[in-house]
Amino acid sequence: MTMEPIGPRPRRILDPVRIMIYCVLVVAALYYLLPLYVMIMTSLKGMPEIRLGNIFAPPVEVTFEPWVKAWDTACTGLYCEGLKVGFWNSVQILIPSVIISIAIASVNGYALSFWRFRGAEVFFTILIFGSFIPYQVMLYPLVIITRELGIFGSLAGVIFIHTIFGMPILTLLFRNYFASLPQELFKAARVDGAGFWGIFLKVLVPMSPPIFVVAIILQVTGIWNDFLFGVIFAGTQNFPMTVQLNNIVNTTQGVKEYNVNMAATILTGGVPLLIYFLSGKYFVRGIAAGAVKG
Amino acid sequence: MAGSKSIEIRDLSLSFGELKVLENLDLDIFDGEFLVLLGASGCGKSTLLNCIAGLLDISDGQIFIKGNNVTWKEPKDRGIGMVFQSYALYPQMSVEGNLSFGLKNAGVPKAEIAERVARAASVLQIEPLLKRKPSQLSGGQRQRVAIGRALVREVDVFLFDEPLSNLDAKLRAELRVEIKRLHQKLSNTMIYVTHDQIEALTLADRIAIMRGGKVQQLDTPHAIYNHPVNKYVAGFIGSPGMNFMQGTLNGGDKPLFSTGGIKVDLSRYKFGNGGSPDGSQAWLGVRPEHVSTGRDAADKIFSSEVNVEVVEPMGSDTLVWTTLADQEFRFRMDGQKNVEVGETLQIGFDPVSASVFDLQTENRL
Repeated sequence: MTMEPIGPRPRRILDPVRIMIYCVLVVAALYYLLPLYVMIMTSLKGMPEIRLGNIFAPPVEVTFEPWVKAWDTACTGLYCEGLKVGFWNSVQILIPSVIISIAIASVNGYALSFWRFRGAEVFFTILIFGSFIPYQVMLYPLVIITRELGIFGSLAGVIFIHTIFGMPILTLLFRNYFASLPQELFKAARVDGAGFWGIFLKVLVPMSPPIFVVAIILQVTGIWNDFLFGVIFAGTQNFPMTVQLNNIVNTTQGVKEYNVNMAATILTGGVPLLIYFLSGKYFVRGIAAGAVKG
Repeated sequence: MAGSKSIEIRDLSLSFGELKVLENLDLDIFDGEFLVLLGASGCGKSTLLNCIAGLLDISDGQIFIKGNNVTWKEPKDRGIGMVFQSYALYPQMSVEGNLSFGLKNAGVPKAEIAERVARAASVLQIEPLLKRKPSQLSGGQRQRVAIGRALVREVDVFLFDEPLSNLDAKLRAELRVEIKRLHQKLSNTMIYVTHDQIEALTLADRIAIMRGGKVQQLDTPHAIYNHPVNKYVAGFIGSPGMNFMQGTLNGGDKPLFSTGGIKVDLSRYKFGNGGSPDGSQAWLGVRPEHVSTGRDAADKIFSSEVNVEVVEPMGSDTLVWTTLADQEFRFRMDGQKNVEVGETLQIGFDPVSASVFDLQTENRL
């Protein structure tokens, strides 16, 4: 007996297509999670257990010793004070860089989308073009510029560099966001007598938290993961966490302490990882927003 | 309507590169007048309003508001309030915040701000909404708040940029009356941009019909409806639109319009200064609502029999499509009368209410 179709179309729970999709997803997830699993397991083992060579086995005797050592006493070159020095250096670089770059870029984007000055398009094109030039090309000139400014090898120097390199993508991000807001709002604010800063601070910024969150995510992950600018411009006293991690892992003296290396790596990657977890939705939105050219 | 001038626009031009949006435009608007800028999209009416508001920099010419040359002044210093189509309320501020934003920027004392906001809110009956955010308001309430934002500025000139276009038909009709009441109460000068001829005809003291950056006709709704200066204006105003028949004019003492076997006696039609040029080609325009049917039709100066082709009942009246002298012809008749397709009807009209336009220039003769 065939049923007369009525109401919602019935759905089969074990649709073959669906089973297929889930299988692929599970395999892909396992594949990507495996290294993380190995890292965590190794970081919780003592050296004797690691020497047994069975990297997939969970630790027989769980120890947090490697984590403490990575944070507190691991040798990063000449000093043996662990990653904590690098962590605080990174924080010191990160916070001003994020704030300054976003502050400038948001005003840039605002000016480019609402106050169409003469040559705005050319200015914008040059800015975007800048983001396609490989960093390496600009390194040496930038070293000279920062030296002349007297900020080479200092916190100010590396913050300056991060602010500059954040500009193209962040300006694009803010410009596209502001361009999506109604022009009439801007006009209404002008009739209401708000000036350049009044419109920006009182009308536009209060309605833009999503894009600021996106910008913060992009900048925090980008700057935290940076190695190149940190090693060149920050100066030995201010090496960020990534550089110190490299120094721990690539040290050539003595035994290779895999458990400490693993723990140090996870610690360093922890900040961006945390950001991804806390802000998945916004991060995806940020990537999408940055990809759309207006 | 002669009074002191509220707004004077002298020789205004605006071009974006090669594209000329407004060309050598002159316009005088009197104190307390309700002027509607009407036209199809892209005719420059909103652009003109933005120029008056100071939101667009003009290429040439001058703008005076209340006798002050405001050509180079910022929008806030022009003594205008503006209402936008999309309401343009500040989403993060309460209704009260929206109303007081402009006053705060102008440094008005707090007590006076509160007083003015209260007054505007009572005029527009939005007092219960003052603490709400715009997202918690309906479309009509939002537009009322937007009007309030112009009201608190206590300025001489209100600019409306298609304020009702985002509302549904019923609400639009309600707010239209409210705007008219507001104008009667405040008697400010109001300039109102719309593409809706009903809004224009119902609200305006005078209508400026624009096309291609130029004012085609500036006159009272009555004059524009009855004496359109050219074929474009005639076709634009009135719904359903005017019937146009192409034919030949015979001048002299007994002017006659003839086409496809019919002759229309134009002796009662008031020609302009040029009179009726003999033998020239012309358009005869007849409004569907000026056509009579049945017994009335036979008494008219022109009358004829037509075949009913399409019938569009609209409740209050019925629109009938036919062919007259091989050209499409529509007329309105009483909605209560029953008309069938294929039926033969007697129709007639009085040429005194018709319009005659030159075929080439399309100007009124």
